[in-house]
Parts: sequence; C-alpha cells; structure tokens
Amino acid sequence: MPKKLRDLFRWLAALPLTVVITIQTIAAAPATAETVARYGISMADIPLTTGQPDRGAGAYQFTGHTLYDPLIAWEANVGDRPGKLVPGLATEWKPDAKDPNRWVFTLRKGVKFHDGSTFNADAVIWNLAKVLDDKSPQFDPKQAAQVRPRIPSVAGYRKIDAFTVEITTKEPNSLFPYELPWFLISSPAQFEAIGRDWDKVASHPSGTGPFKLDKLVPRERAELVRNPDYWDPQRRPQTDRIILLPIPDALTRTNALLTGQVDIIEAPAPDTVPQLEKSGFRIVKNVTPHVWPYHFSLLPGSPWQDIRVRKAANLAIDRSAIVALLNGLATPAKGQLDPSSPWFGKPSFDIRYDPDEARRLMKEAGYSKDKPLKAKIIIAQGGTGQMLSLPMNEFVQQSLAEIGIDIDFEVVELENLYLHWRAGANAEMNKDKGITAINLAYVTADPFYALVRFMDSHYVAPNGVNWGWYKDDAVDAILAKNKTTFDTRRQDENLARIHEYMVNNALMLWVVHDVNPHALSPRVKGFVQAQHWFQDLTTIRVE
Amino acid sequence: MLGYLLKRLTYTVPITLAVTVVCFLLVHIAPGDPLNAVAPADAPAEVVEALKAAYGFDRPLPVQYAKWLGRAVAGDLGRSVATGRPVAGEVLSAVGNTLLLAVVGGAAGFLGGTLLGCLAGYFHKTRIDRVASAISVVGVSVPHYWLGLLLTIIFSARLNWLPAMGAGPGGSGNWTWDLAHARHLVLPAITLSVIPMGIITRTVRALVAEVLSQEFVQALRAKGLRDGQVFTHVAKNVAPTALAVMGVQLGYLIGGSILVETVFAWPGTGFLLNIAIFQRDLPLLQGAILVLCLVFVGLNLLVDLIQPFIDPRMRRN
Repeated sequence: MPKKLRDLFRWLAALPLTVVITIQTIAAAPATAETVARYGISMADIPLTTGQPDRGAGAYQFTGHTLYDPLIAWEANVGDRPGKLVPGLATEWKPDAKDPNRWVFTLRKGVKFHDGSTFNADAVIWNLAKVLDDKSPQFDPKQAAQVRPRIPSVAGYRKIDAFTVEITTKEPNSLFPYELPWFLISSPAQFEAIGRDWDKVASHPSGTGPFKLDKLVPRERAELVRNPDYWDPQRRPQTDRIILLPIPDALTRTNALLTGQVDIIEAPAPDTVPQLEKSGFRIVKNVTPHVWPYHFSLLPGSPWQDIRVRKAANLAIDRSAIVALLNGLATPAKGQLDPSSPWFGKPSFDIRYDPDEARRLMKEAGYSKDKPLKAKIIIAQGGTGQMLSLPMNEFVQQSLAEIGIDIDFEVVELENLYLHWRAGANAEMNKDKGITAINLAYVTADPFYALVRFMDSHYVAPNGVNWGWYKDDAVDAILAKNKTTFDTRRQDENLARIHEYMVNNALMLWVVHDVNPHALSPRVKGFVQAQHWFQDLTTIRVE
Repeated sequence: MLGYLLKRLTYTVPITLAVTVVCFLLVHIAPGDPLNAVAPADAPAEVVEALKAAYGFDRPLPVQYAKWLGRAVAGDLGRSVATGRPVAGEVLSAVGNTLLLAVVGGAAGFLGGTLLGCLAGYFHKTRIDRVASAISVVGVSVPHYWLGLLLTIIFSARLNWLPAMGAGPGGSGNWTWDLAHARHLVLPAITLSVIPMGIITRTVRALVAEVLSQEFVQALRAKGLRDGQVFTHVAKNVAPTALAVMGVQLGYLIGGSILVETVFAWPGTGFLLNIAIFQRDLPLLQGAILVLCLVFVGLNLLVDLIQPFIDPRMRRN
C-alpha cells in the first residue's frame, strides 16, 4: 500500500485530534515579522532558474532579473514613461572610436554573487562562453538556446583587466546595448561547487540579483527571498519573500486571488475584472510593448500587395469595440508601437475606424461586398500573448467582410503557428495553403524586436522573421546608417522614420496593444508596472 | 488457476509493446516542433538544427524509437526537453499526486455509486430508482471542468470555504495529512468523483435489478431469509462485474484528468500531460503516456487476478 494511503487511514483515525490541534496551533501562532507576497503567474512551470530563463520575455521578471543581473539593465521600476537602458553589472559601455565593432565594458566593483564569490571580468567571460562556446565545460545548451537569438551580434569577447571586458560584434551595430538586458550573469563558483551540473544548479542557483532562490518545487512553486546585500540600494526588495505559483488557467488564477491564496496575479480573466474591482482588488495595467497584428505577405500573388487594400483593412476595425470585448484590457493600436514610444514618429497615415474611407479604398482597388477580395489568414486557437484569439479574429473577420474582404482562417495551435512564422510567407507550408497573412502577437520591447527584424530585408527566412518578405532599399539604407549611429537621440530619429515607413505603408493590420494587466489584493502596495515585459518585483510591498 | 494467471500476465507483454509503439508514433506525428520547448519562437535555423542534433531529433524515427525503448526498459525515460529534469522522476511525482486524488475521488465515487445503484436496483421502478437514476445521468453528463469551475466559484470565490487551487499550502512536496492540506483535496476530489459515481450507479443498478429477478433469489426468499441476508447473496453476484467496472474507472482516474487538474492547478499527471502537450516536450509526453498505460494495464491485470477469488465460477472455468 502506498505511503500516502497508509497515511490517509492513520489521518482519518486521528482526524478529531488533528482538528483540535490545528485550531489551537493557529490560535497560538506568533505574529511573524516576515512579509510574504504570493504571486500567481500565468506560466505552466517555473521558468529556468540557472541564468537564462525560458518561456519568453515575460519570464525574465520571475527568475531572470530577480536572481541575476545583466551587464546593461532595463529601467523597470518606472511606470509613467518608457524605461531606458541603465547600468547593470557594467557601469559604463562605449564603442571604440576607431573600431565600431569593438565595445568596451567597465564592470562594477564590490559585487558579490549569492554564494559569496566575487563578480569580475572572468565571470563575464565565463558566462559568455556558457552560452556561446559549445566546447567550454560550462556550456549549457538550454541557456544557449534561450539567449543566442537575443544576442545575435556577438562575434567575440576577451578580458582586458579584472574589471574591463571587450565584446566585438559581427558588424557595427549601434543597437547592440539593447541586446544585453537579455544576457544574465550566473556564478562560476557555484557551478563548480555543485559539481558542474546545470540541472543541480537549477535548485541552488547563484546570481548577483536582488533576490535569492530559497526553494524550488518544479511546476508548483519557487520561493525567492530578499538579498539584503544587494549592490543597488534603490532595488533592495521591499518584501522579504515572494512565492511564485504557476497557475496557467486564467479563471483558476482569479479564483485563487479571490480566495486569498495569492496576493497578486498576472492576466486576470477579462470577464472577472468588474467582480474583482467590486471586491476591492486593484487592476493595474500600463502601456506594454506588445501588439496584436495581422502580418501581411507582400510576395507576388498576395492580395495584400495593394497598399489600398492594406490601408482599407486598417480602417475597417472598430478597435474600441475590441477593447470593450476585452473589458478594457487592451489599447487601440495606432501602429506597431504605442504613440508614447520614442520610436513612434509622426506617420501620415492615421490608423482609425473609418469604414466609409475603407470602402472607398476597396472600391478604388476593384473590390466591394458583392465582389469581395478573398484571403486566407493563419491564426492560433489561443496561447501566450494571443489574447482572446478566436473572438478577436472573428470580430476582425466580420469587420473586414463589411468592406469587401472575405478572410478565411487556418486555425492551428500556437506551437504550430511558430513553425509557419519561422518559415516565412514564401515557404511551401504557407504557399501551398494559400496563406497570405499571419496573426501572431509580437513583443516590441526594443528596436530590433519592434522594427528591425520585420523591416530589414536581410531578415527574410531563414535568416529571421521578416515574414512578409518586405524589401525597400530606402528602409535598408536607413537601417544600415543606424548601425553606425551611436548617438541615442539620432538613433531614435532613425527608428521613428522606420516606424513611419511601416505605418504609412500599412505593412500590417494593427489591432490592439496588450496592457499586461495585473490584479492585486488590497494588501499589496507599491507595485510599479513598467511599460515593458520586464517588471521589477523589488517594488512589491505587502502590508 | 496458475494457467489463468500466466495467460493474463503473458497478454500484458504485447499490449505494453503496442502501447509503446502507439504512444511514440502519436507524439511524433502530431504537428509542431519539439524544440519549441527550449528555443524561442524566433530562434535562427542554425540554432534549431544544432538543438535537433543535440536532442537526437534529427535521427530516423525507428532509431529514435529503438533507443527510447531500450532506455525505457532499463527504467530511464530520458530527460524533459523543457526542464532537463529526468522524466521518470517528474512522472512518478505526478503519479503520486494523481494517485492521492484518484483514490479519494474514486472512493467517494464508488461508495456513492454503489449506494445509489443498490438503492435504485433494489427499489427498481420506484421513485427512489428514478431519483438515483437521474443523479447518475447528471453525473455522467456533466462536464468535469464545468463542474470544477462551478464548485470553485461557489465554495472558493463566493463562500471562501475552500481553496481554489494547488495541492496544499506548501505544494505537493510538503504534503501531510492535516486539515490545511486536506482542504485542498475536497473540491478536485468531488469533481473527479462525479463521473465514476454516475457510471457505478448505472452499472450496479442494472446488476442488482437483474440478479433480484433471478430464480435463486425467489428460492432464498422462499427459504425464509430476511431481506438483508438475501441482499448479501445479491451483492456477491453483483461484485465481480461491478469490480471490473471500478477497476477500469480507477484506471481512468489514475490516468489523471487533464481538465480537472488544470482547473485546480493540481500537480498530477493530467497537469503534467497538459504542459507536455503544449510544449511539445516529447520525452516527457512519451514517458508520461507510457507510465500511465502501464498503470492502466497493471490495474486491469490486478482486477483480472482478483476476480477469480471473488467469483468461484471463474475459478471453475
């Protein structure tokens, strides 16, 4: 008989006594001084704890920037404006005036890993080899798979002195610093002490971050405790312990909040927002670099080659109705980026709801409700980031039908959609099915993710995810120039021009931006929601 | 009797082998990329190819199958692509949690079903029968996840009597039999018990009604046996078939309910399978399905072996 069953029978026998003891224990329990915040996260598992979290950008706030630090960090403790790059474990970084491929990083002194070892240039070089040099003893394929796509520019690296390192890029790339918040530094000493086994390090990780991992129960919980010696006094955690609980189902997460099992949740079920607010819970949301678009194919034969059709599609959607469908948990899109972004620019094409103008453009292009244009879109049935995929797609379908665009859906699972996305519009798997647009929500957190990967003609498959095979020599020229523009203000100007190109040519049908909603118990104070997928859990305070 | 046991044991070998083939093929022919669990969606092709080689997904399917089977026979189910943790450990831990839920939910369902079935069969075609039958039909028809959500909304969100999710305040790793942990069992166990209760009610009702109509029951009554004594004989005749059905139901319960475990975030096999499916974590998926199939085959074998001890007719045959 399994132990749990034997215990069950014993327990049933002892039930009355247990009840009495439990009540007495609760009554006699001393007040504890430790403050604990229990956080219901939308992921099905705790992200990797060894250094580079898996499960996408949203995972960095849980086991990335809590346990570890990058060389260059993202300012995630402000909510009233977009964050910016700030010093992390590097206090200064600059390109070599003579060789723009060469970047020199000055490292922060006096920083210790959680295991007590010292952070220095050797640790940085060791960590770069951890993910880039598959011959090194510390190479970890899992971490490498996560971070290599995030730091594609790195060509080489070397130590200059104990607190200075040099990283060379494959070609001049002024946006290289934006790649570095993704690259986190774990402790070489801990890896050695634990027997050079990353799977064991997962339970006993050591970084330099504001939290330490106290307990990990795979798929169930991770308990992070305050690192009282954290090097940045501004980011010392305001809560002693944060317990991360994976609760993938939105309604279960919401119920857990309502019953007091957790104090804060990500992404409450939209339908429950009014009830949560009525019950005294706080809904916190903010501009988030995340857009829900249809990405058009511009290949010969695609119905979206005609700019009038693309613009008409953008004018056909009543975005405020979709926001209402989501109970306010979204904002209408005016382009790839939110207008508050420094890279938004001043596009001349105003994305709005104007069905008359949309019908006029369609008529000009030779289509109407009686003679509709037909197109097939590949969509996911749901999944992380896809918001309410099916209802939203059906809304768009009905809206487009009103102006003479009949769209048909190829519905697949999100994992399968990624295959179609990586392959590009020109791949047989898309062409054979007549797929001419893809609905996949995009993270737009930095210039590369927001703009470059979709606009640079070098990034067509298999080199990247310029899915629609967009190519414009003028755009390529601006992007090339931007690679050697190291002045941030000028960089922003160049990027704004790229975004203007994108919007003015209506390269996608932009619908809404996510607002990354959180629901907070009245006990939780001080949580600052950054305008990013990176969030700073050190700001959480529980009373 | 020994021949019967050996024959039953021998049957399990080809069944298990067939199960390994089916579960291996099913997970491989499903669309999607097993490397989505480790590589970001926009990972460059060379990273994806390197990972394929590292995990052996670039080899022909028969080779992959042979290697996997060889390791599985030795008890090594490989490592999860997503987490790097050994699959055997992951699955056994989840099986333990599901077993806990299944035994409690199953016991509630079997007890309730047997009671209702006996009442319905004994009071055949009366109001009691109609009420019990209606309950069983509802039990069989109500979708698990709907009932789970409903119970959570009522008893957790509205009344705040019971927790909405999880396997205890400290997670399943710290499970102990105390009130704080037992509270977490109540809603998922009730939700899980409803379908087996409905099925057992219908089965037992039909069996009791049929046995009661047989001539030997009239003979027992004619001999002057009281109702209770007569029912003891009825129960003995009903037990083998009811037990077989319970065995199958227990197999389903131990297989874990993806929906119930997901609704209650209960870290059992259903929850594990759900994660493995969505991540395309093939080693985890294959390992979990294999272990569950073996549990199912084992339970059926156990029921087959127990039945002759309960039913003398089977021993004679």
